[in-house]
Amino acid sequence: MSPVLARRSLIKTATLSAAAVGFLGGTKLAFAGSPTEGDLAILNVALGLEHEAIAAYQIGAESGLLKGGTLDVAVLFQSHHKGHRDAQIGAIKKLGGKPVEAKTADEYKKSTKLNVASIKTAEDVLRLAQKLELGAVNAYIGVMPNFADRSLSTVASKLLADEVMHYTALTQALNEALPKNTLSFGG
Amino acid sequence: MSALTALVAILISGDGGVGDASRGASLYVARCGACHSLGENGAGPSHQKLWGRKAATQPGFDYSAALRASKIVWNEKTLDRWLTNPNELVPGNKMMVQLASDPIDRADLIAFLRRETR
Ligand code: HEC
Repeated sequence: MSPVLARRSLIKTATLSAAAVGFLGGTKLAFAGSPTEGDLAILNVALGLEHEAIAAYQIGAESGLLKGGTLDVAVLFQSHHKGHRDAQIGAIKKLGGKPVEAKTADEYKKSTKLNVASIKTAEDVLRLAQKLELGAVNAYIGVMPNFADRSLSTVASKLLADEVMHYTALTQALNEALPKNTLSFGG
Repeated sequence: MSALTALVAILISGDGGVGDASRGASLYVARCGACHSLGENGAGPSHQKLWGRKAATQPGFDYSAALRASKIVWNEKTLDRWLTNPNELVPGNKMMVQLASDPIDRADLIAFLRRETR
């Protein structure tokens, strides 16, 4: 048995009942404000991630490190993120909210999260994109149950599917193995 | 390997807790990284010096009133409860995600946070 599996079988017995109780009890709404305020907060976090992805692909494209087909794909993925951004801005405005603005290019370049200074090769660019896509996939999965307006879950799952597609393509471009386990996304 | 030897191996190899901090590091990037980092505020607060710190005290982050009022101090126990279900520990918080429903994942994430933010 793998160590993780062995540890899992040890812990499982102890936690099963607690998990079952939590499940039966259902989850309370995550946000203190009105349901719409909660949805707006989620959409604005997601919009912030889309702004950041657009900036990261821009930095990648302008770095001169990506060539030919790889550059084309990066530009294509960036255009998907621009579509996501516009969809989210539309949804936020429809709910009467104020969409968060993108930071300046300089702010993105300085952020320790993007760590642009450490990018030296095409592979570094792809790795940053892969990391951001995976983070976004998981964040979307995490927020999905908390939408009060269910039609927003449909929109969000469409965006999420695009990001899984990006993650998969980037993982293969990096010659990395695809996830071995089933249900490997989310938590 | 029996479950018992596995547990002993983990207890010996870990740095105090039962979690695997290096597995926790990749979980952290994948699941928390969209909103958190150890260095700067993003959609979520920075986790700089999180261990032993009072909740909602990272400078410059706009926390929910609920988390600010919670009086929680972050340690193994409180983090485990938060990651299991933030809404149950602090109703009205604005983390909005549950991304560590698995106890092993939580132990590993917590081991990582302990190692990096103490
Ligand atoms: C969608 C964005 C998002 C994701 C993903 C996320 N968090 Fe959070 N997190 C937040 C926000 C926002 C807060 C502030 C909550 C509040 O003010 O009520 C927070 C607060 C916290 C705090 C309390 C910090 C403090 O300063 O008191 C901890 C600890 C934490 N998160 C851990 C995690 C861990 C570990 C993960 C990954 C398993 C994670 N979070 C994933 C958004 C996120």
